[in-house]
Amino acid sequence: MGQIELKGVAKRFGDAEVIPPLDLKIEDGEFVVFVGPSGCGKSTLLRLIAGLEDVSGGKIEIDGRDATAERPAQRGLAMVFQSYALYPHMSVRKNIAFPLKMAKVPQAEIDAKVNNAAEILNLASYIDRRPGQLSGGQRQRVAIGRAIVRNPQAFLFDEPLSNLDAALRVNMRLEITELHNTLKTTMIYVTHDQVEAMTMADKIVVLQAGKIEQVGSPLDLYNHPKNRFVAGFIGSPKMNFMTGAEAAKHDAHEIGFRPEHIAVGETGDWKGKVTVSEHLGSDTFLHVDTEFGIINVRANGNVDVHHGDTIWMTPDRSKVHRFDAAGNTL
Amino acid sequence: MATQASRAAGRLMISPAVILLLMWMIVPLGMTIYFSFLRYNLLIPGENPFVGLENYSYFFTDPNFWPSLVNTLFLVGGVLLITTVGGVLLALLLDQPMWGQGIVRILVIAPFFVMPTVSALVWKNMFMNPVNGVFAWIANVFGLPAFDFLAHAPLLSIILIVSWQWLPFATLILLTALQSLDSEQLEASEMDGAGPLARFFYIMVPHLSRAATVVILIQTIFLLSVFAEILVTTNGGPGNASTNLTYLVYSQSLLQYDVGLGSAGGIVAVILANIVAIFLMRMIGKNLET
Ligand SMILES: Nc1ncnc2c1ncn2[C@@H]1O[C@H](COP(=O)(O)OP(=O)(O)O)[C@@H](O)[C@H]1O
Ligand SMILES: [Mg+2]
Repeated sequence: MGQIELKGVAKRFGDAEVIPPLDLKIEDGEFVVFVGPSGCGKSTLLRLIAGLEDVSGGKIEIDGRDATAERPAQRGLAMVFQSYALYPHMSVRKNIAFPLKMAKVPQAEIDAKVNNAAEILNLASYIDRRPGQLSGGQRQRVAIGRAIVRNPQAFLFDEPLSNLDAALRVNMRLEITELHNTLKTTMIYVTHDQVEAMTMADKIVVLQAGKIEQVGSPLDLYNHPKNRFVAGFIGSPKMNFMTGAEAAKHDAHEIGFRPEHIAVGETGDWKGKVTVSEHLGSDTFLHVDTEFGIINVRANGNVDVHHGDTIWMTPDRSKVHRFDAAGNTL
Repeated sequence: MATQASRAAGRLMISPAVILLLMWMIVPLGMTIYFSFLRYNLLIPGENPFVGLENYSYFFTDPNFWPSLVNTLFLVGGVLLITTVGGVLLALLLDQPMWGQGIVRILVIAPFFVMPTVSALVWKNMFMNPVNGVFAWIANVFGLPAFDFLAHAPLLSIILIVSWQWLPFATLILLTALQSLDSEQLEASEMDGAGPLARFFYIMVPHLSRAATVVILIQTIFLLSVFAEILVTTNGGPGNASTNLTYLVYSQSLLQYDVGLGSAGGIVAVILANIVAIFLMRMIGKNLET
C-alpha cells in the first residue's frame, strides 16, 4: 500500500508563504510527477511529505493514518536526493545496507536483500567500491538501490537526473519507469523538466508559486490545459500566444496554438521571416518573426527553409486554445 | 613551467628562499649536534674537548629522563584526548542555530589569543590557587577542603591548562569541517532510520576524521614542546612530577649551564618528535589521502 493524501497542507518559512494550503491525493501504485519552474516549491512539497520539514498547517495521511507528526523514518518512504547523498566513507554495499542495519535486520537477510537490489539495478560489478570512485549514473543507481532495499510504501525522487548528461538521462528515465512497472510501488518524482514529466508520469501535478495549477494525465494536460500557465509550460517547443485581433476572431482575450498545429506553405494566413531554423532530421523547429512576434513552428524534417526566408503559415484552427483575461481556459 | 628554460629559471628564482630556509634550519641543528659531542659547561672555562656520546649517556642515565619522557607522552596524549573529544562536542554545540551565535563563537575562540604564560598564570593564581582560587572557593561553598592542584596533581593541572588553550583551535577546525557536511547526507540517514547517535557515529565522525587528523598532527608538534606553562606554574615540580623533555633540557642546559648536555637533550627531543610523527602518520595519516 502507498496511498498518500495531503489535506490543506501549507508551508511558511518565516513570513514567506512558500506553499499555500493545498489538497492532493496520490493513489497506491501511481507514478506522480510534480513539475513546475525552479523555486516553485516542488522540493519543499516533497520534503513535507518525507517529513524532513514540518508542515505549517494541514494534515498528511499515508495509507489512511495521520502521519503529520511522524518522524521521516516512521513514514515508510524512501527518498532519492538530487545530490544522491551517498555516504562517502562507506562502500556501495554498506551504503545500500545502511537502512537495513539501522532497522536491525539480521545480517543474512541484509546480504540477501542487498544482493537482490544489486541484481535488479545491475550494480554488482562495483559493489565494493566507494561512491567517490563511481560515475554519476552509477551513483544514481546506488542511491536507488538504497531506497529499494527498504521496501518502502512510496519512493520520493527529487530531480534525480539533473546531474546526468543528456544520453544517460534518457537511459535512467527509462530504467526508473521500468522499475516502477516491476515494483508497482507509488512513486513521487520532482522535476522542472516537462519532458521528464510527460514521458514518465501517470499523473502530473503542475505547480506554480506553491499552488497546484492542474492535476491530470500527460495527454490531458497537453490537450486540455486549464489555464495559460499550464498551456505554456507543457509541450516543447512552447505554445504560441496571441492577443488582439487574432484572439478576437476566436472570441477570446488570448489564444494559443501549439507549434505542431501550424502548417508551413507557399500561401497561408500569416506571413513571417525565418530567424532560426533548427534541423533535427525528424523535425524542423522554425522561429519565425511575424507581426505577432516570434512564432515557433514545428515542421516536417525535410522542409528546406533557412535563415532569412519568407514563409506563410496556417494554424489548425480546430486546435486553438482560448483564454480569458484572467488566463483561464474558455 | 613547460620548457626546460622556464623550469631552470624557476629553480634559480626560488633558490634564494630555499637556501635561506635551509640555512635557517641546518645551522642551528648542526651546531646543536656539534655541541652535543663536546664537554662544554659555561661554569668550567677552558678547553671544550670532544667527548663522543658522553653527554648522551649522561642524559639517558639522568634519573629525571624516563619520568620526563613519560610525562611528555602523558601531557601530549591527555591534551589531544581532551581537545579532540571536547572540540567535537563544542563544535556540535556551536553548529546548532542559536541566539548570539556569532558572539559565542568569538568567545570560544578567545583563549587561543591569550599568551601561554598569561593564561597559565591566570589559571595558577585565579583558579587553582588553594587560598584565593575560584576552585578553592567552590570547594569551600560545599564545605570541602581546598585542593592544591599544582602541588598534588601537577601534571593533570598542566594538562588542563594546555587543553584550555588548545580547545579553541580544535573546535574551530572541527566546526568548519562539520559545516562542510552535506545536509542531504544527514537527511538521507534520517530517512534511513538513523537516530541522533547513529547519525553522529556513522555520518559525522567519519566526516570529521580528516579534520581531527589535522588537529592531532598540528597539536602534537606544539604539545611536544610545551614549556612556558610549566615554567610559570610548577617549575617542573614537585620533584620531577611535571617535568617534560623540553623542561628537562632547559633545566640541564640553562640551570646547570651545561651546553653540551642540553644540546644532547635537544637532539634526543628532536629524534623523539620524529618518532612520534612517523608513528602518527602511520596510524592516522591515511585519513589525509582522498
Ligand atoms: N529552508 C528554507 N528557508 C527559507 N526559504 C526556503 C527554504 N527552503 C526553500 N525556501 C524557498 O522556498 C521556495 C521553494 O523552494 P524549493 O521547494 O526548493 O523550489 P523548487 O524545488 O521547486 O525549485 C524558494 O523560493 C526558496 O527560496
Ligand atoms: Mg528543488
